[in-house]
Amino acid sequence: MPTIVVDVMPKAELLDPQGKATTGALARLGHAKFENVRIGKRFEFQVAGEVTDAVLAEVRQVADDILSNGVIEDVVAISVDGVQVSADAPAADAPAADAPAADAPAADALAGEAR
Amino acid sequence: MPRIGVVTFPGSLDDRDAQRAIRRADGEPVALWHADHDLQDVEAIVLPGGFSYGDYLRPGAIAAVSPIMTEVVAAANRGLPVLGICNGFQVLVESHLLPGGLIRNAHQQFIRRDQKLIVENADTAWTHRFQPGEEIVIPLKNGDGGYIANDETLKYLEGEGLVAFRYAGVNPNGSLNDIAGLTNERGNVVGLMPHPEHAVEAGFGPDTPDAMRSGIDGLRFFESAVEALVARAA
Repeated sequence: MPTIVVDVMPKAELLDPQGKATTGALARLGHAKFENVRIGKRFEFQVAGEVTDAVLAEVRQVADDILSNGVIEDVVAISVDGVQVSADAPAADAPAADAPAADAPAADALAGEAR
Repeated sequence: MPRIGVVTFPGSLDDRDAQRAIRRADGEPVALWHADHDLQDVEAIVLPGGFSYGDYLRPGAIAAVSPIMTEVVAAANRGLPVLGICNGFQVLVESHLLPGGLIRNAHQQFIRRDQKLIVENADTAWTHRFQPGEEIVIPLKNGDGGYIANDETLKYLEGEGLVAFRYAGVNPNGSLNDIAGLTNERGNVVGLMPHPEHAVEAGFGPDTPDAMRSGIDGLRFFESAVEALVARAA
């Protein structure tokens, strides 16, 4: 059964209190070289059958409408069985300039983790 | 006597306090259940405080897509007065009845204090018994009360006078523009983080200069709604 992973992060321009507190803790423990911790969410779920374009569109809709709140968060990545797909719908009119490229290192990391 | 619904979600804490506040304002509280679609012909609705669905996913997010909220959103869009308190405010923003979002308090801690507020908009279904600029004190108790919105939304809220309440004295949670509560353009939907239903009876409210626990500033929220509904029925 294909596994779908949706990664959600707090918007870059907004304060992330959890990340800030964690950054402070790292510094106190002598790891001040690690800065700007931001804490996001990773959703994993499975779907019966093939992940068609229609299923993928439904995943994007669920990611945007339920799994994330566009006011405070961004869907930064969606992958199917470790292969990253665009978090934006192909026909979306919104520019996806800062969407991660499919071959970004993050995709490989996700792929490794998914297996 | 106006019938005012109070929605109970799994994890609601202050639903019975809200019912009691309605009773003290001479309204008739009607218990509504999250899994129903039936609003039981109520004339106004309160979404109470608490931790609906454990605040899983995001505070208010799962409650916002519960069966009753389909009806609450439709009713609010028809002009029915809706008040969201604390978790209820979070449900309102997750339902897009009010703009923006609420995140973890900037200092990361759950806070409980008697909070001074300035009434910024006294022209709503739930605030018309106040004077604009009036200072009130009601309890605040939450972990996720930081109000945020993008610049465009903030400009819209400020420009249209949709900030209903602002924190005074101290900003307890890092909310942008000290925003404690909002209303919509029609003024029928109001959401705020502090708890008016905990300041409705002398002996159980915040301290005032006159006497300990004598603060009942919260009562006028419910009286505002009851008064308008009674006037409409007359």
